[in-house]
Amino acid sequence: MVPLLAYLLVAAALFCIGVYTVLARRNAVAILMGVELMLNAVNINLVAFWRFLTPINETASGLKTSMAGQAFAAFVFVVAAAEVAVGLALILSMYRNRQTVVAEDVDSLKY
Amino acid sequence: MNWLDANVLPWLIPIPPLIAFMLIALATNRSRTLTHIVAIAGVALSWLMSIAVVLNAIQYKDLGTAARGVFGTNTQVAWLANGANNLASGALNMGILVDPLTTVMLFMVPLTCLLIFIYSIGYMAHDPRNTRFFGFLSLFAGAMLMLVVAGNLLLLFIGWEIMGLCSYLLIGFWYEKPSAYQAAIKAFLTTRVGDVIMMIGLAYLWAFTGTLNFRDILYNEEILHRLATTPALGGFLGLSAAGLIGICIVAGTIGKSAQFPLHVWLPDAMEGPTPVSAMIHAATMVSAGVYLVIRMFPLLAAGGNVEAGQLTAPLTLMAVVGAFTALFSATIAIAQNDIKKVLAYSTISQLGFMIAALGIGAYAAAAFHLITHAFFKALLFLGSGSVIHAMEHGEHAAHAAHGAEHHAATQVSVATQTGHEEQHVEKGVHAAHDEHGHAAESAPAFDPQDMRNMGGLWRRMPVTAATFIIGGMSLAGLPLVTAGFWSKDEIFADAVNMSGKSPVAIVVLVFLALAAILTALYTMRQIAMTFFGSPRTEAAMYAEHNDGTTAGRNISVELTAPLIVLAFFAIFAGFVGVNPGFPIVGPILSGVFNLRAPFGAFVGRTLLEPPPHLEFNILPVLVSLTVFLVGAGAGWLLYFQKPIVLGEPDAAEGLIGQYFGPSAYRVLQNKYYIDEFYVAYFVNPARWVAERLVNQIIDRGIIDGILHSIAAIAIWIGNLFREFNRVVIDGVGDGIPEAIADAARSLRTVQSGHIQQYLLYALIAFLWVGANLTILAVLPQWIGWAFVVQVGLVIVFVFLTNFGGARTSSE
Repeated sequence: MVPLLAYLLVAAALFCIGVYTVLARRNAVAILMGVELMLNAVNINLVAFWRFLTPINETASGLKTSMAGQAFAAFVFVVAAAEVAVGLALILSMYRNRQTVVAEDVDSLKY
Repeated sequence: MNWLDANVLPWLIPIPPLIAFMLIALATNRSRTLTHIVAIAGVALSWLMSIAVVLNAIQYKDLGTAARGVFGTNTQVAWLANGANNLASGALNMGILVDPLTTVMLFMVPLTCLLIFIYSIGYMAHDPRNTRFFGFLSLFAGAMLMLVVAGNLLLLFIGWEIMGLCSYLLIGFWYEKPSAYQAAIKAFLTTRVGDVIMMIGLAYLWAFTGTLNFRDILYNEEILHRLATTPALGGFLGLSAAGLIGICIVAGTIGKSAQFPLHVWLPDAMEGPTPVSAMIHAATMVSAGVYLVIRMFPLLAAGGNVEAGQLTAPLTLMAVVGAFTALFSATIAIAQNDIKKVLAYSTISQLGFMIAALGIGAYAAAAFHLITHAFFKALLFLGSGSVIHAMEHGEHAAHAAHGAEHHAATQVSVATQTGHEEQHVEKGVHAAHDEHGHAAESAPAFDPQDMRNMGGLWRRMPVTAATFIIGGMSLAGLPLVTAGFWSKDEIFADAVNMSGKSPVAIVVLVFLALAAILTALYTMRQIAMTFFGSPRTEAAMYAEHNDGTTAGRNISVELTAPLIVLAFFAIFAGFVGVNPGFPIVGPILSGVFNLRAPFGAFVGRTLLEPPPHLEFNILPVLVSLTVFLVGAGAGWLLYFQKPIVLGEPDAAEGLIGQYFGPSAYRVLQNKYYIDEFYVAYFVNPARWVAERLVNQIIDRGIIDGILHSIAAIAIWIGNLFREFNRVVIDGVGDGIPEAIADAARSLRTVQSGHIQQYLLYALIAFLWVGANLTILAVLPQWIGWAFVVQVGLVIVFVFLTNFGGARTSSE
């Protein structure tokens, strides 16, 4: 069986790639993708910890366990989908007004 | 209350003019007519009350003698209670005293005042400050009446000082003229010298006796004896207390009645309007000084025996000063050319007669001469006012006549009509008011008061001339007819009577006789120069006056009536004092007037022991006759026989030059240079002290120096505070917002608008917090060092961003 550390390393790597993408890419769509990567890295963590750490209790009706980790991961999917929808809508709007999708160029909200 | 009660009426006598003064000053000063009505009503009311009092008073044969208090005498009301208790209550009183002396004054003063008020209506008709004039005049009349009815020295002194003030105000009435206000100041300051000494005397008297009531001092033999026997304060000059007080009071009189050496103010006082000269500086105010010494005679004589020829120090002083002044100013009067100056010196001289007479104990004679002199001198002054008026008109008429030279003389009267309306003010007055532009064309040197410019005026103004001559004859002492003769005769009678007992009286007799000769001489000279001969200038030729001479002109009643009334008294006032022993005239007059006693006996009752009745003596009558005949005869020869010619020296000038040296006449003309002497030795040193010592050294040097030092210190401290304020307070106050602004300026670059930069900051912050939490969890003992390192890193960071390139990016 694959140990927990492996999952965590994958998730951390994925998170770092996501962070790098968010911070380094100029294209706003790519930044949005980086955010997705980070969210998924979190999902991996959530699921991995659930799988390895949540105890399985024996009850009268058989084995029972908490489904909190999976529920959390599913919740994150929903949030990510909503976030992408809003984010892409913003990028579209931005493109219509400014003819650009480069995040650097959109800096009018400053001092 | 019975308002005609003799105890009430004298109290009220001074009130109406004082009320009139207030009414004029506060209410009626816009209306001339109302002012005239108020002023005349005030003084007329006083006059009527005085007449009532006089008529009552002469009914009482006990007035002033045994039954004192029968008639309204000496009612006193405590005024300033003070707790001292020497003799009486020690309080200062307000009170009245009516005795024979008051009675005769009450006969003369209100009547003269009333006549002069009436005259002033005409005389001042065109003056722009007419109402002010009547206000002052009313105040003056009230003060004089207060002085006359006063029953104590304090009230008398109050009236005395108010009159001094009025005198000042009225002499300087035409204050546009520098000479007028200078004369006013001179009069005020000169009389002040006497007044201060007098007040010291009053203070000493009060300190000694505890009262200032006449009755308590003058009719209290015990007090008089004590005053006469106690040595004066500190044995001053070996005088008794009475002597010292007496001399102080005489000093007041010398100031007020213009005796040598304080006589200098009176001639200058002629700068005032002529009615003022008549009223204040001839008839009433200067008489107040004589009245005071007559009133205080028992005190002045205390310690001596006048009847035996023992004169006390104050009496001797009065005799000497009066006799000297009488002769001295008479000599000046003969060399004066200004019509009013002659009368001014004549007034001084006549007041000298009274003072000298009193000095040798001629109590009744002095009072008698006081009364008669007031009448004829008021008459002479009013007459001279009319003459001056006429000369001003004549001056204008002469100019107008030149303008219409080709026309007949009828044109002249037309021209004078127009000139008349414009010119009614006295000589050279009111440059400011002289809007009719005559000043430029008329010769500036013309002096309407200069007798050399007159001559022949009796044809132009017969009423004035006649009354003036009556007054002049009364002054000169025309025998048997005029009042002046009888009163002077009384003085000579007393002097002759005393001359056997006291050498002082001989001096007085000689001086007064010489003065009387000169009096007749200068009076004749004045009459001759003014009214007789031929006109010496065109002004005199055209001179006219509202006394009925010019056809088609109305007689100005207010200008002529007072002259006629005064002329009446200038003749008949003397008959009440004729010695019944005088041959022929005496018995007739005693019968006609049906008097219980002539003037002398009546006034004599004012004293505790009335002076003895002098039997008729032919010697003084001879003296009177001789001096008149010599003086008037000389005047006739010098001035009537050869009327003076304009530009040639005066007739007396040659004579005097012949006997006393060529410069003697000039000395007389310049009044013995006494004014110059005073200027050199009193006025200039006083001015030097004022300007050099007080102004420059004390005021500017010391006081200003102290003030300026204080100011400099204050300014220095203020500067110090200002620096502190600027550096510390402003530094802090401005520095804090500046520092905040600086910090804000550098911090705002953080907000660049780049979303990825924000995320980077967030990541760094996240890692930082994570790192710290890790340290805290894993190596908690290193957290302190970690914190120090982090703070150091922040400081380095801030330092680099502030002084590196961060500032420039904030532009």
